Amino acid sequence: MSPSSPPLGGPEPLIDVHAHFHTPFTNRADWTRYNESRLNAGKRIGVRTHVASILGSWGHTSPTYFASPDDQTRANDWMLAFAHENGLTVRAYVAVNPNFTAHALTEIERGMAAGAIGIKLAASRRADDALIDDIAAAAAQYGVPILQHVWQHRRRDWPNQDASDGLDLARIAARHPRATFLLAHIGGGGDWAHTFPAVREFPNIVMDLSGSGIDRGMLDEALKGVGAERLLWAADLTLCTGLTKLRALEHTGASPQEIAAMRWGNAVRIFPAGAFGNLQTGDMKAGDRLAEGRE
Amino acid sequence: MTAPIDVTAWIGAYPFRDTPHPDPDILVRVLDREGFGGAWVGHLPGAFHRDPVPSNRALYAALKPHRSVLHPAPIVRPDWPGWELQLRQAQDEGAPAVRIYPAQWGLSGPHPALAELVDACGSQGIVIHVTLRFEDLRQRHPLDGAGDVSAATLRAMLRRSPSNHDGKTSSAVIVVAGAGRELLEETHWGLTPVEQSRVFYDFHWLWGPPEDHFAHLVRTIGASRLAMSSWWPLRLSQQSRALIDLLPDDLRESVQTTDFADGLSITRAADKCALLGSINGT
Repeated sequence: MSPSSPPLGGPEPLIDVHAHFHTPFTNRADWTRYNESRLNAGKRIGVRTHVASILGSWGHTSPTYFASPDDQTRANDWMLAFAHENGLTVRAYVAVNPNFTAHALTEIERGMAAGAIGIKLAASRRADDALIDDIAAAAAQYGVPILQHVWQHRRRDWPNQDASDGLDLARIAARHPRATFLLAHIGGGGDWAHTFPAVREFPNIVMDLSGSGIDRGMLDEALKGVGAERLLWAADLTLCTGLTKLRALEHTGASPQEIAAMRWGNAVRIFPAGAFGNLQTGDMKAGDRLAEGRE
Repeated sequence: MTAPIDVTAWIGAYPFRDTPHPDPDILVRVLDREGFGGAWVGHLPGAFHRDPVPSNRALYAALKPHRSVLHPAPIVRPDWPGWELQLRQAQDEGAPAVRIYPAQWGLSGPHPALAELVDACGSQGIVIHVTLRFEDLRQRHPLDGAGDVSAATLRAMLRRSPSNHDGKTSSAVIVVAGAGRELLEETHWGLTPVEQSRVFYDFHWLWGPPEDHFAHLVRTIGASRLAMSSWWPLRLSQQSRALIDLLPDDLRESVQTTDFADGLSITRAADKCALLGSINGT
């Protein structure tokens, strides 16, 4: 790409609120290629900031969704250092396994002190489990969102994870109205049509658009179900489908203001002040204050 | 530059979830918007019916006003009585391809009906389009228990060739739609070079960066075997272009959009196979 090439995803700011990187502590030999590919593709699309986490050793020395405390500490260390090296291009979630509550709370405290801007919960415990309460309380205390891995409409147990769905997340959101829950990847597996009515009545649940799924109708129903002010663009494991969804948003009937909110405005609203440098919802063009105005 | 012909599109409703306005006039507008010059179009409800005949009838009628852009790809179910007539009608209607749904019909690789269809389509230069899946496994309706078409089934169809069945017919060109990297590689590297030359893979379901499965396959099997599609009305039609746009710098410098397969290049390949078959048979 020549330096003057316009971003494939358009010139407006863009924040990916669901990203992952790999580390030398996994059994993946191409971890540096993977990370470079993410950053390069993000640059081509126009991603200003990747908000990212690392789930333990990604299965190498403990299971991805049940990371051991040691693996998770090492992953968080690596993630925080990588974010520090990359400035505003990469920001960090601190990922925790709530089965080890004291360790999780220590990691959150340590992560926040080191610049993390959110908490990542994967699938070590259902979202409505009592063990999540202390973590939700910490999120509210620090004013950071929890990115919760979600299986859209979990009809049964799936291997290697205690997955949660929209109904599970709604229960914890009701218990912690001051915490913001970011429901992960509506295109990331399962039946997204179940999710929107499950969380509609819980305004402290917002959701990201990521995932490899690109079903027609998904974006339209998300907009109808919860509105643009509760949707955040993201890519997770597939930046290609992220670009596709960006391009498709233009054909959903969403207004430019709503699209700006999904691209970045809502992220600025739910993450701590200054998380994305000087990008403020006040920077949105006149009349584009959807995310701010509906808060 | 000629706009590519989309190899995987349908009209009509999907039984397990809503697909917004799956009508031919909307498809024509979407193809134009997304830079496709036309599409091979199947009839989505018919994939889940037992008898394909009413579905084909509906397809031909619905596409009639749009035939310069929408090319019918009717269903030919080779274990159903009268399938030869359906194939003849497809040829009479100018269909570039016929659609098959082996998983929904309970047919697998060694089934003789699939072999007969391969022979018949090969001799007539009609492409066989195989849909491996319609949705991700994780979201399927409890009543949708058909499963995916296996790589073994694809290999069995592609290994059918004049040299191993009397030399009287040619082998068909096959388009595989819905494959991920693993199934695609399991199919492709299980074939001889001649057999490989008869298969094209719709790349809509492949993953781009950061996994870069698509880039890997462009490097290893080549762009000319990978076909562009919209997957309308089931999936977002922008995906083929997004995958190409996000290829790594070195590939974008060496590979053009026109290097990828499309309906036109695949039809030419099928015609060539049929011609070679007729020469071999005489």
